[in-house]
Amino acid sequence: MSTAAVHVSSILHEYTAGESLLSASGRDLGAVLDDLERRHPGLTFRIVDEQNRIRPHIKIYVAGRMARGLTTKIPAGAEIHILQALSGG
Amino acid sequence: MAKKSKPRSTSKKPKRPTLLIGTAKGGFALEPSGSGWRMRGPFQLGARTHDLRLDPRDGKTLLMASTGGHLGPTIYRSEDRGKSWQEAPRPPRFAKLGAGSPRGKKARGSRGQSVKINFWLEPGHVDEPGVWYLGTSPQGLFRSVDHGRTWRGVNGFNHNPNWAAWVSVGTDGTPDGPVLHSIQIDPRNARHMTVSCSSGGTFESLDRGRTWCPVNRGIAADYLPDPNVEYGHDPHCMRMHPARPDRWYQQNHCGIYRLDRDQGETWTRIGERMPKRVGDIGFPIVLHPEDPETVWVFPMDGTSIWPRTSPAGKPAVYRTRNGGRSWERQARGFPQRLAFWTVLRQAMAADDDPVQTGLFFGTTSGEVWASLNSGQSWSQLAAHLPRIYSLRLARFRR
Repeated sequence: MSTAAVHVSSILHEYTAGESLLSASGRDLGAVLDDLERRHPGLTFRIVDEQNRIRPHIKIYVAGRMARGLTTKIPAGAEIHILQALSGG
Repeated sequence: MAKKSKPRSTSKKPKRPTLLIGTAKGGFALEPSGSGWRMRGPFQLGARTHDLRLDPRDGKTLLMASTGGHLGPTIYRSEDRGKSWQEAPRPPRFAKLGAGSPRGKKARGSRGQSVKINFWLEPGHVDEPGVWYLGTSPQGLFRSVDHGRTWRGVNGFNHNPNWAAWVSVGTDGTPDGPVLHSIQIDPRNARHMTVSCSSGGTFESLDRGRTWCPVNRGIAADYLPDPNVEYGHDPHCMRMHPARPDRWYQQNHCGIYRLDRDQGETWTRIGERMPKRVGDIGFPIVLHPEDPETVWVFPMDGTSIWPRTSPAGKPAVYRTRNGGRSWERQARGFPQRLAFWTVLRQAMAADDDPVQTGLFFGTTSGEVWASLNSGQSWSQLAAHLPRIYSLRLARFRR
């Protein structure tokens, strides 16, 4: 099972006690988010909706590539970036 | 000889309520303070707030229906007048499409949908403390039995085999998406309730949400090929009268209606007595706290491409005191020209004073207006707020 460094956008710091760099384990992105949810309750539902779809204004990069879904595999030592889209008005 | 004391009135005029205001950028509270008003907030600045309500049963629990921009919808709670807020541990969410889901798109109901907006909050019956209801977009109904902490779908509606047809799945509905709103609980009977769908119409349940029937007969749907459909209507706001719950009123996309439910199921259009230059289109409809014949509406321009602004830029409230047989204009204090705002469906309310009823509304341009004399004159209480989605009245317990 891979352990990844997860960089979290400031909009989510309310759920991470202000931390911007987290650590989580999982073979794929869904497992990583489950692991994050155990440590930071409420965080995952802000990133994916109840159908496990990444929310429209959230972008997740795994090892520099944008993830299209939660089945994205996590390579050993990968960095994950969870970002907010700069949209709105 | 004992000194005669002067008789003192025991009747005390109730203090005006606090106005809870939901805006495009968070919540606010406008509290009566001395002879004026004091603004508190913003609460959850940046969070689109479609509703903000106090539980009238405990006078303490505040719920905020929020759509947090990038992060999707959630519910916030406060038990200290908004000084601190906590997110609900389990916000409303539709059921997943799983292995046990019925086959066929129609049979699935709302399974597989994702909540995009938490739209309309409604405290449950007075005999059911801690129960709340919520309407969402897409059009779903949710219930909490623990003061808004955790939410479950009301499956009699959300998983109804008719759900997709009733709520016109696949249509865009209102600009922000079709919404389930105007959740009304019969004060005589917690099992009797109604909901209204901006793409679908009004639906009634007699068993606390287990089964539902459409109640739309008589309401126009002039945007459909068959205007006499059973459902598919566009109610903007529907109210059950608090003192006479069989008297229902509705501000619809196609006019103003009244129904005496104990006498049938066919609505009567009562907006045709409105002045033709104004029309009978609007969002909110507000009822007198005791008199079932007295109703206020806030008309908007529903002509041509539906600008949804005050007709001719001249805002006005209209009141009937005879169940819609005649209407009077109430605009003293409003701008006389060039005021192109309107009032959304849950942004207007009446207080509980039966004689000099307090009326309050928030506008799409961020202004708060009040009348403390049943609409005869109006004054502006606040301006420069974000677009106002909701204005609800609250009486906190000390």
